[in-house]
Amino acid sequence: MTALGIAAGTTGRVTLNALHAYCRVSVLVVDTLNWVFVQPLRGRGLRVRSAVSHFVEFGVNSLPIVALICFLVGAIIAMQSAYQLARFGAMQYIANLVGVAAMRELAPLMTAVLLTGRSGSAITAEIGTMKVAEEIDALEVMGVNPTKFLVAPKFIAMLFAIPCLTVLATFIMILGGYMLTVFVLKIDSGIYIANTISSLSMKDFVTGFTKSIFFALVICWVGVYRGFQVEGGAEGVGRMTTSSVVTSIFFIIIVDLIFTAVFFF
Amino acid sequence: MANDSEHIIEVEDLVVKYGERTVLDGISFKVRRGEVFVILGGSGCGKTTLLRNLVGLMRPHSGRILVEGRDFTAMSDSERIDVRKRMGMCFQGAALFNSMSLADNVALPLREHTKLEESTISIMTKIKLELVGLGGFEDYLPAELSGGMKKRAGLARAMAMDPMAIFYDEPSAGLDPIVAAGLDALIRNLQKTFNLTSVVVTHEIASVRLIADTVCLLNSGRIVEMGELVDLEASQHPFVRQFFERRPEQEGDDRQDYIRSLTGAP
Repeated sequence: MTALGIAAGTTGRVTLNALHAYCRVSVLVVDTLNWVFVQPLRGRGLRVRSAVSHFVEFGVNSLPIVALICFLVGAIIAMQSAYQLARFGAMQYIANLVGVAAMRELAPLMTAVLLTGRSGSAITAEIGTMKVAEEIDALEVMGVNPTKFLVAPKFIAMLFAIPCLTVLATFIMILGGYMLTVFVLKIDSGIYIANTISSLSMKDFVTGFTKSIFFALVICWVGVYRGFQVEGGAEGVGRMTTSSVVTSIFFIIIVDLIFTAVFFF
Repeated sequence: MANDSEHIIEVEDLVVKYGERTVLDGISFKVRRGEVFVILGGSGCGKTTLLRNLVGLMRPHSGRILVEGRDFTAMSDSERIDVRKRMGMCFQGAALFNSMSLADNVALPLREHTKLEESTISIMTKIKLELVGLGGFEDYLPAELSGGMKKRAGLARAMAMDPMAIFYDEPSAGLDPIVAAGLDALIRNLQKTFNLTSVVVTHEIASVRLIADTVCLLNSGRIVEMGELVDLEASQHPFVRQFFERRPEQEGDDRQDYIRSLTGAP
């Protein structure tokens, strides 16, 4: 009886907490969209310079690490594919596997995971530190909306940075596979290129690109939400930053699953 | 605004709760235009909570806050922003934006709320920083300043929009006596020069003696005594005497009570 009571109580509490979080996230989402798309048209301004500097930070400065990781992952997929395909004497199809895997799945996913670690955590830490230091309160008292001032520029920057990075990452990943296949496994370069081109369709590109846009939304909103949740000093900032990365990667995988399923059928 | 009444801020029967715990219980007072109104009280008496309600960072449980005769708690968002443009606040830790230079910090409200030319903003920023004795520090980052300088810079930012009232949260906390006295003098000067209404939250008796026109002493969420400084100095209320004479809390008059509270015995 008591066990049942505890189970019921826990279920209720978890549900209520989830509903509460859902409401707060919804408010954040609506508020962000309002300050990015609606209020600027009413002449309430958009901090374009801040958005550009965030784009440089999220996008341009992430490029070296994203490029390196994606190049290596491309080589890894090529090797793993070769391991199986060699048994069937179908080594020339490495190109198809690498191309499709990179464009539909791994380039968007690797970019999103790297950006979560690099920029999602930074967003949480920045907003969290500002909250602890009463800087968010200071904005409110000045009559400056924190969503407009802090969130909107980051949102725009992220929304442009991740798809751009993903497109570049796809090419670099295919290049990584190409380098390994042509120079290590000695497959003819012409065959590799021809197979890559013939295996990829517009649908593959759309799949990867759509995913990357939704990954950007996840990283930005999770980062911001966790940042505003920070309470009580430096320790709170650290805890929420960790939580931001874990939550963000979790939702990236969920979103990935949903879109893979949608484009599968 | 046509409403040029004597009182700029009126608080009526303010009750604030954190969950079930009542932090402020039935606070009422009026702040006259152009005076320095000091909210005095010990740690944890609710004075910072009161200030956060006055500037609208918290919503009260019940009661009203009238700013220039209009109910601040019941305003629409855009009306509230209009009122806030004419209020300044100095935070305990200054709350400067760490990624921006001092000039950018002070210029922020001007850039957000006005359509002034960048050259005009730059001049106004210089004037505000000189007002608080920080002329020439425009390009410094907050991290490069001492605690007292940060507070002055926070004050310059609060003054940026030429506010009608300014709110100080513990202006002298964490400063040495000389720097704190300098800040007190600055608060007085600004009040005299611009007839600036100032609401100061503090626990420093020394600073109250230098700046206060009206003092309101809080204890456990209620107003103990309110009036001019001389009235409070003359008051015979036990808590007022204890506070002004810096006497510690009496340790358990009744040892038996203390032991009972520990053991939980009736």
